[in-house]
Amino acid sequence: MQLSATNTAKIISVQVMEDRIDAASAIQFKERMRDIIQHSAPRVVLDLAKVQFLDSSGLGAIVAVKKLLGGDRSFELAGLTPTVEKVFRLTRMDTVFTIHPSLEDAVSNAIKA
Amino acid sequence: MVTASDPDAIRQGLLALVTRPPLSGLPEDRRGIAELVLAEVLNNIVEHAYSTSSGDIEITVEERPGGIGFLVVDDGAAMPDGPPPGMLPAGLGGDLDHLPEGGFGWHLIRSLTVDLSYSRKNNRNVLSFLISEDQTGPEDSMT
Repeated sequence: MQLSATNTAKIISVQVMEDRIDAASAIQFKERMRDIIQHSAPRVVLDLAKVQFLDSSGLGAIVAVKKLLGGDRSFELAGLTPTVEKVFRLTRMDTVFTIHPSLEDAVSNAIKA
Repeated sequence: MVTASDPDAIRQGLLALVTRPPLSGLPEDRRGIAELVLAEVLNNIVEHAYSTSSGDIEITVEERPGGIGFLVVDDGAAMPDGPPPGMLPAGLGGDLDHLPEGGFGWHLIRSLTVDLSYSRKNNRNVLSFLISEDQTGPEDSMT
């Protein structure tokens, strides 16, 4: 599971470099994210623009990362492709996460805030 | 086609299915739905039917009037109460610690398919369903 992380004092930007997060890779994804969020920035943005396929195992792993971050740090998503967006909408997880159109949008929101 | 009951084999099986007819000829959004539904069905078989054993899963995909028909057969344990109704898991509106990390599979399957039927024949699980031409199942058409 290839993830690319960029850290600043305020934000960790994580790009998923693979086209799927599925039952075969969900555990690896969660473990990689656990390492990445050791850096203490208060916001974490996950860029899913390259991810064409997410199943319920992948979704569960993303929810697990949100729990790892706890209530004091935010975990936001960006760049959902159509099928991935559908998974979030049908499971109502679109109401649980802040979702940005793109990583750029997410980061520029941070500057304004 | 036939796939073994482990996550890596299922990933390879899905990739093979979506790149050959009839799924390869679908528009991208419907192909994505077909792959998602199949993934949920197959992952459930691995987790439940083959929880204490392993074996093959047979998948047949064919064009039918009104959509694409799927038949999935395995030699694992039976579903004692039949396929679940696909309610969303509890905890969605609650606090962070209680957010559900699983239990979405049947909700997705039920939301995106029609004519789902399950039977037990000759010690095998036989599941069939249709992904309809207008793409969406009962749940999705409400939105």
